[in-house]
Formats: sequence, structure tokens, C-alpha cells
Amino acid sequence: MATTHDIDTDGQDPALEARAVSVFYGDKQAVKEIDLVIPANKVVALIGPSGCGKSTLLRCFNRMNDLVAGARVEGEINFHGTNLYQDDVDPVEVRRRIGMVFQKPNPFPKSIYNNLAFGPKVNGFKGDLDGLVEESLKQAALWDEVHDRLSDSAYALSGGQQQRLCIARTLAVKPEIVLMDEPASALDPIATQRIEELIFELKKQYTIVIVTHNMQQAARISDYTAFLYMGELVEYGPTDLLFTNPSEERTEAYVTGRFG
Amino acid sequence: MSEPVNSFDGARSSLDRRRHLKGRIFAVLCGTAAMFGIVALAVLLIDVFIDGAGELDIQFLTSFASRFAEQAGVKAALLGSIWILGLTALIAFPISVGAAIYLEEYAGKNWITRLIQLNIANLAGVPSIVYGILGLALFVRALGLERTILSGALTLSILILPIIIMASQEAIRAVPSSIREAAYGLGATRWQVVSQQVLPMAMPGILTGTILALSRAVGETAPLIMVGAVGFIAFAPSGVMDQFTVLPLQIYNWISRPQVEFHHIAAAAILVLLALLLTMNAAAILLRNRYQNRT
Ligand SMILES: Nc1ncnc2c1ncn2[C@@H]1O[C@H](COP(=O)(O)OP(=O)(O)O)[C@@H](O)[C@H]1O
Ligand SMILES: [Mg+2]
Repeated sequence: MATTHDIDTDGQDPALEARAVSVFYGDKQAVKEIDLVIPANKVVALIGPSGCGKSTLLRCFNRMNDLVAGARVEGEINFHGTNLYQDDVDPVEVRRRIGMVFQKPNPFPKSIYNNLAFGPKVNGFKGDLDGLVEESLKQAALWDEVHDRLSDSAYALSGGQQQRLCIARTLAVKPEIVLMDEPASALDPIATQRIEELIFELKKQYTIVIVTHNMQQAARISDYTAFLYMGELVEYGPTDLLFTNPSEERTEAYVTGRFG
Repeated sequence: MSEPVNSFDGARSSLDRRRHLKGRIFAVLCGTAAMFGIVALAVLLIDVFIDGAGELDIQFLTSFASRFAEQAGVKAALLGSIWILGLTALIAFPISVGAAIYLEEYAGKNWITRLIQLNIANLAGVPSIVYGILGLALFVRALGLERTILSGALTLSILILPIIIMASQEAIRAVPSSIREAAYGLGATRWQVVSQQVLPMAMPGILTGTILALSRAVGETAPLIMVGAVGFIAFAPSGVMDQFTVLPLQIYNWISRPQVEFHHIAAAAILVLLALLLTMNAAAILLRNRYQNRT
């Protein structure tokens, strides 16, 4: 059984609550009955060795697994008192309210401006699009670098800039929660640092769930950390506790670098 | 220990020599094969050019067929080909792209899909005369469309559907899944993802496939004879319900006459057909580049 320490939600409702979530790819179970409470306006890191199910679990939170042929999700994920996997829930709406940033920067082959505008447009945004683009780019700390070349192709940006563009693009649809799957793993250390600073800023407004295989990164940026191993949740609690005084033998072995 | 096989002291082993010889022979063979294609094409073009260039003038392009070679022209056939091509493109393009989108983005990966897929691949290999027979039975007779441009275009559309479908599928499949994920992740519906991200990215490939298929259609004769294209027409088509002839048929008609003057104007008509083909390919390249540069 998993050890779950006290999760302090500051008296607020949790942003997300996973109950007995399992994911199967065909017959293979990649995530095994995980319970996880994500407090609002915090950063929660999912760590664990490669292939332990971090991405799979993360993709449950905005129903991205629906798009994977052969993937099947069991259990419940509660969001504002609604189970995201209920029959009458529209996955498109879920993804609008719970945004996602991917491992490799994946801008559209369009201009910087149109990368930002796509999300609002498909969601029927009617207001001041230019203003929204500017605001989102500022939130992602990219405005100063690109404000004079919004019509340039997004592919002309560096990898780190592209990833911040993808974050800005996600913010432009005004989600409540931002899921990030190893957002800095394809970036150099400087670009990684900028993304980390950005996450620090963003958590004032958003709840962030971030997958990382980099334990220093988890320790630096997250409030809570969940350690997964072979599809199971081993231990979940405040990040300092998990890194300095874990209850589980396997957690300690992993965070001290003895395996993984 | 046996003697060393690979020594670097200059004397190559016989095995090594043989390997290098084989490599060189293969390269020469491949080069010859490539040259063969180029030389054959060049000889063909030069021959046609010598025969036909003298006949090629404005009068030839603006005159209708005639019993007298020096008065005959390709106007009816050229316009017929253009009408047929345009209408075929209008019919085949949306149907093919729709089918490709369905198969790639909507259809479940089950046995029905696989069956459809297999059938499309097989259809691409069916001889064109068979499509002509189908066109005759279905469009000309059953639907009562008579021997019209519409019947011809419908028949050619069916003929090139499988080619465009497969090329479009290829192009759609080549769109990275990370782009689809990004769009879905922003709350786009499937249709929004397909129409606003996937299709624009696939469009250059789809257009290339379409033009290639149309290039095949423009040279087709047999199925159009089946659905009643006529060899001798002295008016320009004015609508899809008109009778028609097309360039390949006109060429065939002239070539099969005994008089040598008709052979010359047949060569000139071949040059017109080639020009039409080159124009189409140029248009394809232009369209493709425009799509690729769009941001
Ligand atoms: N689309 C898929 N189809 C089948 N198996 C998958 C798929 N995606 C992931 N898996 C498997 O599920 C397990 C968990 O994968 P993943 O969630 O990507 O791990 P992590 O992100 O922790 O590296 C792995 O064993 C992986 O091989
Ligand atoms: Mg992963």
C-alpha cells in the first residue's frame, strides 16, 4: 500500500482528486489503482523511473488517453465535484479547462501569433484576441523576446522559446490546471531554468501537475511530490518530507539515487 | 588461426576484390537504367517535335477537326480535355480527400476498415477499360447521362479516386502526432484538429497526389471511348451535358489515318498534350509551394 502523508489543501477544495485510477494498454496495466489529491494553486511533481506510468497518469487528468487506441481508464477523477470520466462529460471541454504542455515543444507550423490564437478561436473566443495573445505571452515570459515578430514562424524560435510558446498557448485558453509532461527535458540548462522560474510564477494562478525524471527539479519547484514505481503510487506527500525523510524504503532508494 | 583476410598492405584478398567489383558493376547497371529512361524520353520528344513543331500555330489551336489536314486543329479536343480534367478534379478531389480523412482520422482500426483499405489498393490496379465499362453501364445507361462530358468526368473520377485517396492518406499520416496532441490539448474538437491543423499540413502532399492522378487521367483514352467520346467534333463544348472529344482520342484518330499530313498534325497534338501536362505539373508545384510557405 502507498503511504500518503497529509496534504494541506488550505481549506480549499482540491483541484483534482484521483480515486482508484487504473490505466490499461490492451491487457497491460500501466497505472495501478492510484489515489491522489491535487491541492489547488500548488505544484505537484510526479517522479519515478522511466516507464513507471507518470505520463500515463498525467494524461488521465485531461482525458488525453482517450486519444490513444487501446488505452482504457478505470476509476474516478473528480474535478469540482464531477467525475471527469462520467458519461455526460465532454472530453473536449475537459481539455479546455485542464491544459497540457508536452515533453517536446510542439508548436504548430504557423506564426507565433496564430499559435496563440488557435486555442481561443476553437473555443469560440470573441473578445480582444490581440490583447489575449499579449497577455499570454507575458505570462509565459516570452513577450519581450517576440513582441516585434509575432507574424514570424514559430519554428524560427529556439527550443526553449518554443516551449514557452507552448506554455503561453496553453494559458491563452485560460485553463484552471496546467499539466506538464517533462516540459524541460529536451532543453538546455539555461532554458530549463527559465521554465522553472516560469512555473514558480504560474502557480500563483494555476494548479500545476508536472512530470519530471529530474529529482533536483522536483525538489526545487514542487510543493508536493508523488513517487511512482511500476505503475503504483509508492509515496505521496510534501516535497521536503519526501526528499529528506521518506517513509518508504523504495522512495528513499530512489531519491538518494540508488536506483532509477 | 587462419591467414588474415583483411590486410592493409595493399594486396587485397580476392574476396575483397570481388566485393568491390560487384559494387562497381551494380553502380554502372543502375546508371545505365537511369540513362535508358532519359534517352528514351529524349528520343521520343525529339521525334515528335520534328514531326509536329511545324504544324503548331495559332490556327492549329483555334480550329476544329477537318477532313483536310492543313485546316484541322485541336480546339475541340483541347477544350474537351480541359473540361474533362476540370470536372474530374472537382468531383474526385473532395470525395478522395473526404475518404482519406475518414480512413485516417475517424475510422476504427477494425476489419471493415482493413477491407476498405485493401479494396482501394486493389482498385488502383484495375485496368482502365474496366472503369470504362462501368461508366457505360452506370452513368451513360443506368443514370441516363448519355455520352456527355459529365459521364466521362465521372468515369475518370472513379478511375483516379484510389490514387488520390492513397496519396492523401499518406500525406495525412505524415502529419506528426505531436501536432494533433497539441491541438486536442487546447480543447479542439476532432473536426477542428483535422480541418485547421492536419489538412493544411497534409495539403501539399494531397495536391501533389491529385495532380499526378489528373496527369494520368488526361492521357486516358480507353474508358472515354467506352463512355462515348467521339473522334470528330466540330464545336466547342459549352456545358457538362455536351458531347466531347479529348486530345488522346484526337491523336489516335489522326494517327490511324493513312495520309502522312495527318501524322504530322497528330504529332503537333501530342505537343499540345505535353504542354497541358507540364502546365498542370507547374501548377501543382506552385500550389504546393504556396501552401508550404503559409504561416
Ligand atoms: N500508447 C501506448 N501503448 C502501449 N503501451 C504504452 C503506451 N504508452 C505507454 N505505454 C507503456 O505504459 C508504461 C508507462 O508508460 P509512461 O506512462 O509513458 O511512463 P513514464 O512517463 O513514467 O516514462 C510503459 O511500460 C509503457 O511502455
Ligand atoms: Mg513519460
